[in-house]
Amino acid sequence: MTDISEHDAEQALIEQVLAAADAGTPLCIRGGGSKDFYGNPARASRTLDCATHRGVVAYEPSELAITVRAGTPLADVEALLQANGQQFPFEPPHFGPAATIGGMVAAGLSGPRRPYAASVRDAVLGVRLLNGRGQALGFGGRVMKNVAGYDLSRLMAGSLGVLGVLLEVSLKVSPAPVGRMTLVQEQSLSGALALMRRWARRSLPVTATAWSGGRLSVRICGSEDALAESHRLIGGLPLPDADRFWQDLREQRLDFFAGEAPLWRLSLPPATPLECLDAVCAGDDPGADQLVEWGGAQRWLRGDLPADGLRAAATAAGGHATLFRAGADQAAPAAIPVGGVFTPLQPVVLRLHRNLKQAFDPAGLFNPGRLYPEF
Amino acid sequence: MPRIPDERPLSPQPGIIDELRRRLPTASVLSTPAELAPYECDGLTAFRQRPMVVVLPETVEQVQTVLRLCHAARVPVVARGAGTGLSGGALPLEDGVLLSLARFNRILHIDPDNGTARVQPGVRNLAITEAAAAHGLYYAPDPSSQIACSIGGNVAENSGGVHCLKYGLTVHNILRLTLIGIDGELFEVGAEALDSPGLDLLALMTGSEGMLAVIVEITVKLLPRPERAQGLLAAFDSVERAGAAVARLIASGITPAGLEMMDNPAIRAAEAFVHAGYPEDAAAVLICELDGFNAEVSFEVMRVRELLLDAGATEVRTARDDAERLNFWKGRKAAFPAVGRLSPDYYCMDGTIPRRELATVLKRIEALSEHYGLRVANVFHAGDGNLHPLILYDANVPGELDKAEDFGGDILELCVQVGGTVTGEHGVGVEKLNQMCVQFDSDELTQMHAVKAAFDPHGLLNPGKAVPTLHRCAEFGAMHVHHGELKFPELPRF
Ligand SMILES: Cc1cc2nc3c(=O)[nH]c(=O)nc-3n(C[C@H](O)[C@H](O)[C@H](O)COP(=O)(O)OP(=O)(O)OC[C@H]3O[C@@H](n4cnc5c(N)ncnc54)[C@H](O)[C@@H]3O)c2cc1C
Ligand SMILES: Cc1cc2nc3c(=O)[nH]c(=O)nc-3n(C[C@H](O)[C@H](O)[C@H](O)COP(=O)(O)OP(=O)(O)OC[C@H]3O[C@@H](n4cnc5c(N)ncnc54)[C@H](O)[C@@H]3O)c2cc1C
Repeated sequence: MTDISEHDAEQALIEQVLAAADAGTPLCIRGGGSKDFYGNPARASRTLDCATHRGVVAYEPSELAITVRAGTPLADVEALLQANGQQFPFEPPHFGPAATIGGMVAAGLSGPRRPYAASVRDAVLGVRLLNGRGQALGFGGRVMKNVAGYDLSRLMAGSLGVLGVLLEVSLKVSPAPVGRMTLVQEQSLSGALALMRRWARRSLPVTATAWSGGRLSVRICGSEDALAESHRLIGGLPLPDADRFWQDLREQRLDFFAGEAPLWRLSLPPATPLECLDAVCAGDDPGADQLVEWGGAQRWLRGDLPADGLRAAATAAGGHATLFRAGADQAAPAAIPVGGVFTPLQPVVLRLHRNLKQAFDPAGLFNPGRLYPEF
Repeated sequence: MPRIPDERPLSPQPGIIDELRRRLPTASVLSTPAELAPYECDGLTAFRQRPMVVVLPETVEQVQTVLRLCHAARVPVVARGAGTGLSGGALPLEDGVLLSLARFNRILHIDPDNGTARVQPGVRNLAITEAAAAHGLYYAPDPSSQIACSIGGNVAENSGGVHCLKYGLTVHNILRLTLIGIDGELFEVGAEALDSPGLDLLALMTGSEGMLAVIVEITVKLLPRPERAQGLLAAFDSVERAGAAVARLIASGITPAGLEMMDNPAIRAAEAFVHAGYPEDAAAVLICELDGFNAEVSFEVMRVRELLLDAGATEVRTARDDAERLNFWKGRKAAFPAVGRLSPDYYCMDGTIPRRELATVLKRIEALSEHYGLRVANVFHAGDGNLHPLILYDANVPGELDKAEDFGGDILELCVQVGGTVTGEHGVGVEKLNQMCVQFDSDELTQMHAVKAAFDPHGLLNPGKAVPTLHRCAEFGAMHVHHGELKFPELPRF
C-alpha cells in the first residue's frame, strides 16, 4: 500500500462527496455491504463505495492500538491481531466476509464479550472522517487517553454513517486470553438470569454468557488455575468446540436465528425480570422465542411482535427495542414500524440529532433516513 | 498574570441578579465580593476572575429557571462542581452567572442487581464508592482528587485515575445522564441498559467541559470489588529502563489495574513527606497493581515479577498484605502535595504520548528543565502513557510564572509531535487553548464550533473554553512563526 494510492483513494472519495454536494444527490455510504439489512433504508440512490480505501496505517502491538483505513476487511485486521496474540475486546459480529472496519464502527455492534470488556464505541480512540463539505478532519488520536476537544470520534460509533464518511479509525485492542473454556448447564430462563446476575456480583473471569433453549453457556478466560477454580464455582460441563459456538452466536448462525420471522433486539438493564414482557409475549413458555446474552442485558426475540408494545415494555424497564431484522419482506414498507426500526427519540433529543446532522452534513448528503426517517 | 482568554465583548447585565433573587431561595444567590471570592478560580489558581453572581440551585426546576433567564437575557453561564479542575474549566466570567451544582449532593438510588447507582452531579466521587461498599461494589474511576471532586465534574472532564488502565475512564463507566440545555429543556442521553438508540450523545457529552448542557443526574456503573488486589513496587536505575519496562509489561498480555511511575525528584519528595519506604536512590519506581480473581492474580504476580526483573529492575517488592499494598500507593497518592512542599508553586501538566516514547519524552523534558532553569518532578499514569510533569516555580519571582507556562506549552507541543495529545484527563479549559491550535487545524476547530452551536447557538454555556477561536489560533501561530521555525535550536533533539 503506497502513499500515492492512499492519497488517490482518499482524494477520490473527497471528489465524489463534492460532486454529490454540487448536484444535491444524497449518497449511500457502503463498506462491504454486510450490514445492509441493519437500520432503516437510506433515501439515496447513489452509492459511495469505501471498500477501496484500505490498509493498515499503524500497528504496534505494545501500544495496544491499531489504526486502519475504513475500507479494510474486518477479517484481515482480526487475522493480523491474532497473529500478534491480540484481539478486538468487543468481539464484533461480521455478518459476512465482506465486513469492513468502517462498517463495524458505523454500525456500532458488539459481540458476546461486550458487557465483560468493552463495546466498539469504548474502543474507539480516534477517527479521520469526511464531513458533508468534503473536508477531511481528524478527531481523537491514537493514544489511550485524550480529552482535547469534543469527543467526536466516539460519536461516530453507531452513527450509521449519517454524520460523515469514515476514512480511518484508531482502535484499542487487547491481549488475547491465555486460556478459555465454556461451561454448559441446563437451566430455565429465570434460573439462568439469576445465575448470570450472581456471577456478575463477583470478580469471576467470565467473558461471555448466553441462554437459549434451556441451556446456559458461560465462557471463562484465564490461566489454568483460574479456569479450574472458576469451573468449580460456576459448575456445568465443558463444551467441546466452544469457539465455534460463540462465533455462531455472534454471527447469528445458531438455530434460534434461522427462518424468516422478524428478529427483535432488546437492550435492557441486565436484571430486568423476564416478566417485563408478559404483556407482549403471551404464552406458557416465556423462553420459547428468546435468546438471552450479555448477562441478561441483550435479549433477542423472534416473531411478529407488536412494535409499540415491545418498545413500551423495554422503555419502561430502562432500555430500548430494535427491529434488528425485519423478516421475509424486508423491502415491504409494512414490515418496518412507523418511526423506523429503532425506538423513537424524545423530541428534545431528536432536535439535537437534527442539529448535529446539520453541523456535520448541512446538505443532508450522507445516508439520509438510515438512522431515523427524520434526518 | 495570564491573560483571561475570553474574547467576547463584555455585556454586563446586573439586572439579572434581582431577577434571580426573585425566583430562587435567598440563600441560593450570592453576590457580595466576600461571597464571590471562593469561586474566583478552580484548581488552576493562576487564573482568577470573580463572577457577576453565583447561584446554588437545589432542584432541577431551579436550574431550569436559571438557564431560561440567562438564555432570554443572553447572559453567559459557567457550571461548577467542586472546583478541583486543573485547566480553568470552571473559571467564572466577569459578566456571567456561576452555576454551582454543590447542593445536588444526593445519592438517589443504588441498584446492586444491575450494578448501577443513580446520583446527583454534586456527589463526591469517593462518596459513591463508600455508599456502594455495603453491596460489595465500587465506582472504578478514581482521580487522585476523589475525596473532593464531583461526579458531575468528572463527567464534564472525562476524568481518569490510577485504575483507568484496566477499568477505563469516566466515559466507560457511566450509562445515562439527565441534562438541561441552555434553553432550559430537560433531556436524557444513554440508558439504564448498555446502549441507547440514536447517536452516542453520552460519549459526546462526556468531556465536553460544561459547553453543551448542564448535567443534573448521572447513572454510573458499579463493579464488584476484586477479591484480591496485589501491589508490586519495582525500582530502576534509569528512567529509560523503567519506561521500556512499561512498554514490555503492557505488550505481555497482562493488564494491570494500575501502572504508575515516579521519577527520582518525585520519589524523594514523597519519601520525605509520607515515609512510604521508597528506595530513595532509584532513578524511577513503578507501582503496579494486579487485581481480580485470586487464582488469576497469583499467576500474573509471578509473571510480572519476572518480567520486571528481566527488564532491568534493581529490586521488585510484592506487597505481603493490604497494608503494604496501600503503603506502596501512599507515596504516589501524596505525590502532588509532597512536591508542593519543595516549591512555593507548581504547575501540573497533562499530556498523553504513545508508551514507546516515554523514555525519549522524559529525557527531553529534562533538557527543557535545564533550559528554563525550573525543576520538574514526574509522577504519572505510565500504563496509559499519560504524563503529569510538575513544573516547580515561584510566582513571587517576577517572570517565573510566564516561564513555567512557556515550559508547559513546550511539553504539550512535544506530546503532539510524538503522536500524542495535549490533554489526557484534565481538559483544555482556558489553559490549553493555544495548544489546541497545534493539535487541530482550522477545519477541525470549525467543526467543533459547529457542534457547540448545535446545542448552544448563542454561545452562552461556558464560552471561551475548550475550543479556541480561529482568530486566537491565527495570533498564536503568528507568535510562533515570529519566534522562528525551530524553538530552542540550542537544545539537543532526540
Ligand atoms: C490534587 C488534584 C488531583 C487531581 N487528580 C486527578 C486525576 O487523577 N485524574 C483526573 O482526571 N483529574 C484529576 N484532577 C482534576 C480534577 O479533580 C478533575 O478534573 C475533576 O473531574 C473536576 O471535578 P470538579 O467537580 O472539581 O469540577 P470543576 O472543577 O468544578 O469543573 C470542571 C469542569 O466541569 C464543568 N462542570 C462541572 N459540573 C458540571 C455539571 N454538573 N454539568 C456540566 N458541566 C459541569 C465545569 O464547567 C468545568 O468546565 C485533580 C485535581 C487536583 C486538585
Ligand atoms: C488475598 C491474597 C492472596 C494472595 N495469593 C497469593 C498466591 O496465590 N500466591 C502467592 O505467591 N502469593 C499470594 N499472596 C501473597 C503475596 O503475593 C505475597 O506478597 C508474596 O507471595 C510474598 O509472600 P510471603 O511469604 O512474604 O507472605 P506470606 O506470609 O506467605 O503471606 C502473606 C499474606 O498473604 C496471604 N496469602 C498467601 N497466599 C494466599 C492465597 N493463595 N490466597 C489468599 N491469601 C493468601 C496470607 O494468608 C497472608 O495473609 C496473596 C496475598 C493476598 C493478600
